[in-house]
Amino acid sequence: MALTLVFLGRLEDVAGGGSRAIPLASSIDAVLGALEPELASALRGARVKLAVNGILLQDTDAPVLKDGDEIAFLPPVSGG
Amino acid sequence: MSQVRLLTAPFDPARELAAFTAAHPEAGGVVSFLGQVRVGDGVEALELKHYEPLTLPAMKDLASRVRGRWDLDGLLLVHRSGVMAPGEPIVLVAAAARHRRDAFAAADYAMDHLKSESWFWKREKAGGEWRWIEPRDQDFEDIARWG
Repeated sequence: MALTLVFLGRLEDVAGGGSRAIPLASSIDAVLGALEPELASALRGARVKLAVNGILLQDTDAPVLKDGDEIAFLPPVSGG
Repeated sequence: MSQVRLLTAPFDPARELAAFTAAHPEAGGVVSFLGQVRVGDGVEALELKHYEPLTLPAMKDLASRVRGRWDLDGLLLVHRSGVMAPGEPIVLVAAAARHRRDAFAAADYAMDHLKSESWFWKREKAGGEWRWIEPRDQDFEDIARWG
């Protein structure tokens, strides 16, 4: 029972890697609550967008997470 | 038909453009833009990271918006991901149209939107250190021109 977290851009440096597997948690809040405080605070940044299984979340979305879900944390893009 | 490609290895823009032009003999004009890694400022390498589930689908979505806005015979969007050396191509956009104004505007619009909206994160290596590049205000101003 696991989730995959993906950290893009500078968040990769804060997390110490581009992705990690964590035990299943039922909500984004529960996921963030179980992470190191410094990382959780960077991921909660106002300009960080989230995608679950490649679908972007809207601000008010609070998805129920399932085993195998991939949650991506997307800071502002810096362009091509 | 639009051709949209996300590449993780170097590409030859002249060859891409020759093939694109040959595929659209009915077009009276082809406008292209090539972005390359700037030489200078002590930059040793540039790296673009993408996120597979979002980056290419969003590029395809941009291509269909461009096609909906201008009357084009063809549209080519080629974008690199991965580590690039100074002088290497990053992005190639080409628009083929019966009339040149459509081709100029479509290529310009596609580039402004690729620069400011596409799912790429960029870092530069200088003096042996990697540094993430933050979004530029100019990119947001460029995109605002299109309303």
